[in-house]
Amino acid sequence: MTAPTIVTTGTDLLADAVADQAVDVQRVDWQPPMPGTIDDLATVIADPLRAEANAKAVEAYLGVTAQLVDVLPAGEALGLGTGDFLHAGPPISWERASGPMRGALMGAAAFEGIVADAEDAPAFFESGTGFTLSPAHHHHAVGPMAGVVSPSMWVFVIEDAATGARTYCSLNEGLGKVLRYGAYSPEVLDRLRWMSEVLGPVLQRAVRAAGPVDVTAMLAQMLQMGDEAHNRNRAGTLMLLRDLVPAMIRSESRAGDVADAAAFVGGNDHFFLNLAMPACKLALDAARDIEGSTMVVAMARNGTDFGIQVSGTGDQWFTGPAQVADGLYLGSYGPEDANPDIGDSAITETAGIGGFAMATAPAIVRLVGGTVPDALATTRRMGEITLTQNPRWTLPVMEFAGTPTGIDVTRVCRTGILPQINTGMAGRVAGTGQVGAGLVTPPAEIFPAALAALAERARPRVTG
Amino acid sequence: MTDHVRIRSGAYADSVTLLQVSKRVAGTPGVAEAQVAMATALNLETLAAMGFDVPAETGPNDMVVALRLADATLEDALAAVEEALAEAGRPPVRDGAATTAPPRTTAAALREAPGDAVVLVSVPGASAFPEAMDAVEAGHDVMIFSDNVPLEAELALKRAAAGRDVLVMGPDCGTALVGGVGLGFANTVRPGPVGVVAASGTGTQQVVCLLDQAGVGVSAALGVGGRDLSEAVGGLATRTALARLDADPATSRVVLVSKPPAPEVAEAIASYAQSLDVPVELALLAPGTDLTSRTEAVLETLGVEVPRWRRWGEPENASGPGFLRGLFVGGTLCDEAMLLAADVLGPVHSNIPLAPDLALDTGVITSGTPVAHHMMIDFGDDALTVGRAHPMIDPTLRRAALSRAAQDPTTAVVLLDVVLGNGAEPDPAATLAPAVAEARAQAAESGRALPVVVSLIGTDADPQGLDAQAEALAAAGAYVFTSNAEATRHALDVVTAAGSPLVSAAADASVTASGERR
Repeated sequence: MTAPTIVTTGTDLLADAVADQAVDVQRVDWQPPMPGTIDDLATVIADPLRAEANAKAVEAYLGVTAQLVDVLPAGEALGLGTGDFLHAGPPISWERASGPMRGALMGAAAFEGIVADAEDAPAFFESGTGFTLSPAHHHHAVGPMAGVVSPSMWVFVIEDAATGARTYCSLNEGLGKVLRYGAYSPEVLDRLRWMSEVLGPVLQRAVRAAGPVDVTAMLAQMLQMGDEAHNRNRAGTLMLLRDLVPAMIRSESRAGDVADAAAFVGGNDHFFLNLAMPACKLALDAARDIEGSTMVVAMARNGTDFGIQVSGTGDQWFTGPAQVADGLYLGSYGPEDANPDIGDSAITETAGIGGFAMATAPAIVRLVGGTVPDALATTRRMGEITLTQNPRWTLPVMEFAGTPTGIDVTRVCRTGILPQINTGMAGRVAGTGQVGAGLVTPPAEIFPAALAALAERARPRVTG
Repeated sequence: MTDHVRIRSGAYADSVTLLQVSKRVAGTPGVAEAQVAMATALNLETLAAMGFDVPAETGPNDMVVALRLADATLEDALAAVEEALAEAGRPPVRDGAATTAPPRTTAAALREAPGDAVVLVSVPGASAFPEAMDAVEAGHDVMIFSDNVPLEAELALKRAAAGRDVLVMGPDCGTALVGGVGLGFANTVRPGPVGVVAASGTGTQQVVCLLDQAGVGVSAALGVGGRDLSEAVGGLATRTALARLDADPATSRVVLVSKPPAPEVAEAIASYAQSLDVPVELALLAPGTDLTSRTEAVLETLGVEVPRWRRWGEPENASGPGFLRGLFVGGTLCDEAMLLAADVLGPVHSNIPLAPDLALDTGVITSGTPVAHHMMIDFGDDALTVGRAHPMIDPTLRRAALSRAAQDPTTAVVLLDVVLGNGAEPDPAATLAPAVAEARAQAAESGRALPVVVSLIGTDADPQGLDAQAEALAAAGAYVFTSNAEATRHALDVVTAAGSPLVSAAADASVTASGERR
């Protein structure tokens, strides 16, 4: 026998005693788990289903190939009727909604013609009748920032070729004063109208003519081109355009409309975000509802609450107060102008990209005054709380290691390391629009809450 | 308040860098607002909204520096812009620590470790389970040094391990020798044909040190934890360990060291051992047997002559009748001494008593309340290590007890153990020898002799050096043995020879060692 490597977790004294024998020692920097989690950790880790359930969840997640197959009005794709509104994050009422969420709902109400003027919308929503509010996540959909979707807006249709499962996401409006950041001025509504009347149909004809676009494969390329697919989607946007432009030109769309659509897409570095998000959701949805699995399948914020869903606990949301991002501000805006964290876009981090793939997009780390080593460290740190690496999505600078994938509630509670999310910041006041961008983490307490629910389910299996 | 707008044609920096530069310049004293940005349509809108007047011909390939100054001079503000731009373009100076942070969980460490890596867990007992499970699930053997690990956790680990051919050593496993590496408190022994499977830490150390002294080496010492042979655990790890040694070509004989197992488990393990090719010798602590005699039996089966176990110093008699005071750091050594003493002296009171009615309260031990009984204390017991290191590392409590025993006129003899090896105190004799000398001097002042008997568990190759430690202790007046059984028997002789009236009383009481605990 040759001397094995010894991995030591605990007192340095015992590690030193091994090292004194000229043996290779790897020390774990162990620290106590999050307060109050020791007993629940013991129960969940003893759950005889856990290891296999997590393996199954990971396999299901990795088995999905997301393809853009169509572009449709939301009413048609999602069965929404007049007065039905989807929003980002866990469920929320008008009363508890933040400024940007209210602003987006006001704009959407005006856009749908429910109110003549967006400023009349608060009275409409306060009346409590004539509308429904529900999370996009409850409709196989996701939306960035406020994530408000109403029937007349158009959505991307993403499909898993193997199972036919579908997810949906609105079309990205660009940066600055836009509905998803809570702006609802006439220019915002005019742009939305153009997107529904021109952009949506142009893209629909192109996608139907060009055939499915493999979004999963495109994400793999983006990650090798400096995009982390949350705050940086430049390469992905241009690749999409490259794939669709010939079909756009050959289609029956008017040449002027095609030119406008191409200019709009090409001029909006974030256009691909709205494809990355539903692709991530499609893969994560495949990992849902596996009893015993501790894998997080959704992280989402509505501007008031941050919520997560876990594979082994069904549709239950675990929520806590959304935090304000730490970052840089546009113009003369400052921290006092920023709304707490908002949007379904944390689905990208849940799927192992965005903040988790920071190493591949070092520019993003500068949003908080960080450095390239910080970016590498962040991706490595996310490896501490994830179940596996995604072999399809690799990071050249990390020696082509796969993106850290499948957030494990138990590892978050054990290490206290919170998922790192790259995000935009919306103005606190309805109608403001974007005020900055930065980095944010979930409220820590939602992970022990999810762990407690997992322990509750596991207990009969452990003691029985 | 004055506004200044400068256009730098052809200058470029990415938007994130420029946001950072703007933030920095805006923080310069006397600067009210600052915006350094490429002149894209969006940024021009932002600048206009801020009230800056930007020349109409400015385009996306130009950099705009817009400053609103309170009382700073334009010169200072522009210098701040230059500095911030230069700073943003400079590579960061780092020691690289951020990218090479150590792993935070056992699972993370094992992702990058070789396939045969062995895990040693010594975090607080309540948190040992997740770390050990990481090892089991990744297919790595694990030694759990931690104590206070719940029984359910041990069961979950060992059941998961059984299906994966993984060995769980522990919990509360003090020593192991795996692939030639000593883990925990481990003696340096020569390699050889004997494999040890042990539910007892210091018991293992006694056996391997005696084998080493007889010139017989050890292939491996696999701890299984003190509860493994209980009815609840049923010897799950013992089976795996025996199978490992059976498959190991370097092992030609196995010794199983344990306190008395649950009878049905003992039977099952014995029949399992019979099914193996390798012969298994049982060294079970019980009334009428001891680790030294079991080790001698192993030597005989190997055809090796049993040596005279080494000892140093001179015997000494007690000056009058009194009690035996055993002060131990090794739980199994304490157990073995109590079993031997109970045969001769009758009841021995202890914090790890052989029968419940002999229990000594922790408070009595730490406060030093005189006890009018024969007494043996295990300073390594859980209750005496709460919030402090094991006495093999921190000898404070035992030294205080030694000093009190010296002052107690009812003390007939003091029996101590000293355990050498990796992980233990670097030079226990350096503090214990003067303490022994001082204790004896204290007794002498009161006109009493204080015989001190020491069981010294170690090998020549241990970092502390067996001879050096023994000689230092003997020079202080201790009678030093390498066999704990021999040391105990000598101490019993001293007590008996002193003619304590208690000896006959104890014989009448017909107390026998049941081998049971609390």
